Amino acid sequence: MQFNTWLDFIHMGGHGFYVWLSFGVSILVLMTNIVSPWLSIKGTEKSLARKFQRESKGQ
Amino acid sequence: MAKKQIMPLWFYQLASPKYCYQITSKLLPLFAGAALVLLSVGIVWGLLFAPQDYQQGNSFRIIYIHVPSAILAQSIYITMALSGAIGIIWKMKVADMVAYACAPIGASMAFIALMTGAIWGKPTWGSWWVWDARLTSMLILLFLYFGVMALYSAMENNANAARATAILSLVGLVNIPIIKYSVDWWNTLHQPATFTLTKKPAMPVEMWLPLLVMLIGFYCFFATAMMLRLRNEILRREKRAGWVKKMITKT
Repeated sequence: MQFNTWLDFIHMGGHGFYVWLSFGVSILVLMTNIVSPWLSIKGTEKSLARKFQRESKGQ
Repeated sequence: MAKKQIMPLWFYQLASPKYCYQITSKLLPLFAGAALVLLSVGIVWGLLFAPQDYQQGNSFRIIYIHVPSAILAQSIYITMALSGAIGIIWKMKVADMVAYACAPIGASMAFIALMTGAIWGKPTWGSWWVWDARLTSMLILLFLYFGVMALYSAMENNANAARATAILSLVGLVNIPIIKYSVDWWNTLHQPATFTLTKKPAMPVEMWLPLLVMLIGFYCFFATAMMLRLRNEILRREKRAGWVKKMITKT
């Protein structure tokens, strides 16, 4: 462990702002890249299910 | 007469959207799990346990995001251009869809690399941005991704969009060696390559081992995000196929 206290860890020897900003925004961007296609798959599945249901009713 | 098979069987199997959908449903949890474990371990290791740099102090820890994302931005670009080329040459729909799926992820990686680079530059060089060869060629990579994405959304027909974007990405491929060698060809502020295949890293092992973990984690992350996008695209484009209907109505 490189830090003695939590405060030290957050402060990062004066570079806390830079380190936490870059890690924070990066993790946010990475999460968006998983959540957004996940939601699209769910949406596509739902709209296809509706479409197939309509078609089977129409027959 | 049967056509002669010149490529291995899996190559032809991957050309089938149905097979691709099935195989990715098995691979997806593996890569997602690996990405989650590797990135968590790498982040904790890099932030808490790796020693600080004797010159740069703790701002050096940004390297654990910056270098993997910059490498990925270029790897994903090569993947996108090559699968675009495969799509043109073999008329393979799945390859087109892979190329399509790569673009936004690659753009995200280029953005992360530029953003973390700028944040790192402030305490290290005293400036958020300099028009240095490495930084400028990386910015061009981001714009190439934006161009590819804009071209996709501008064209209605999937086959035409795939062909046009594949050609654009193949032309843009020239930028990749420029990024790689920019630190050697020009006198740049940016430091030379952290990782090379031939030389030992210039860092002690406690510093580069977590970086290697992060890099593999980023590759697994890319595989996960790409397969998610690919599966959505397969569903959307194959909605008239019998197997899609069977699968959706069953659940």
